[in-house]
Amino acid sequence: MSATGEALTPQEYIQHHLTFWASGSEPSGFWTWHIDSLLFSVGLGVLFLWLFRSVGKKATTGVPGKLQCFVEMLVEFVDSSVKETFHGRNKLIAPLALTIFVWVFMMNFMDMVPVDWLPSLAQLVAGDHNQKFRVVPTADLNVTFSLALGVFILIIYYSIKVKGLSGFVKELTLQPFNVKAMIPVNFVLEFVTLIAKPISLALRLFGNLYAGELIFILIALMYGANLAIGTLGVGLQLGWLIFHILVITLQAFIFMMLTIVYLSMAHEDH
Amino acid sequence: MNINATLIGQTLAFIIFVWFCMKFVWPPLMSAIEERQKRIADGLANADRAAKDLELAREKASDQLKDAKATANEIIESANKRKAQIIDEAKAEADAERAKIIAQGQAEIEAERNRVKEELRQQVSALALAGAEKILERSIDEAAQSDIIAKLVAEI
Repeated sequence: MSATGEALTPQEYIQHHLTFWASGSEPSGFWTWHIDSLLFSVGLGVLFLWLFRSVGKKATTGVPGKLQCFVEMLVEFVDSSVKETFHGRNKLIAPLALTIFVWVFMMNFMDMVPVDWLPSLAQLVAGDHNQKFRVVPTADLNVTFSLALGVFILIIYYSIKVKGLSGFVKELTLQPFNVKAMIPVNFVLEFVTLIAKPISLALRLFGNLYAGELIFILIALMYGANLAIGTLGVGLQLGWLIFHILVITLQAFIFMMLTIVYLSMAHEDH
Repeated sequence: MNINATLIGQTLAFIIFVWFCMKFVWPPLMSAIEERQKRIADGLANADRAAKDLELAREKASDQLKDAKATANEIIESANKRKAQIIDEAKAEADAERAKIIAQGQAEIEAERNRVKEELRQQVSALALAGAEKILERSIDEAAQSDIIAKLVAEI
């Protein structure tokens, strides 16, 4: 059940799987880095950009190859999603949506890799049985929050750019009750609405992937019990894996779609 | 579960990726797709135009065929007309020629007859004269009787 060689209790096993490879001597302080999250997210991002860039450079306008077809299909899909929802002219939103969709999907896809493979490999490479290694970046609250934060900054930027600062402030204070006395109430309501956008984005993705990873870990625990439960575990893992294909794709799509919706709301002038 | 500096690094990475995607990934892919869409649209439009052209050409060809048939009929008709005309002309010419030849023959015959007649008359007159000479050899002076002989000759 684990590659440590020593017998771990289930609690230790789960704890071990849920701990990041953090830098710094003080793992609880702010200035620590989750090296594994950064490694996988940046690595996958670079892989995505390199792949799409190389296809884009070689893109032929004639009969496309299979890889180009696949990439173009994704681009078309994202582009049509953006065009359906967002009616303004903005050169940023479509590439942003593509980056979010593909990148989030790839990071989610790390959940498909059996839970012990990459951590065991990392322990082998590091030569340290206690090496912590988490491979699903989107199960890291920092990663999902940073994505949501990027989107949030863009929401505020475009709100102010399109409506002006006064327009943005008016939107926050004069809705839904357009009475002067109600301004504080309006502000509380609208501020919560505004803040809820990035928080819900981040927590939805994190929650889904964290839960998915946890269930994989729990199923992995079954292999250590006995033969019958282990056999059951194989079926469960397969079932959860197939179901999870839907979840990771859906979560990537939802993140992309909500980003588009929020940004198109930011562009709307009331 | 704690929020830490990973957030900052990750946000930076996110910004850089989006920027890179916007600058270097999206434009070539989109332009390739749009270019191909344009080419396909052009191809479809061309196919439509070609079908229309074909239809037109077919109509034109059938029209020309009709025209050609009509012209051929006209030519045949005029040729027939011309043939009849030529035959008529030839007939008329031949008739005229025949009439001329006949007339000429007749004239020649007439002239010959006249000549022969004259010759015969001369000979008969000479014979009559000779006969009369023989009969009247002794008594009648030739000069005195010549007016009678001339009268006879004229009567023949």
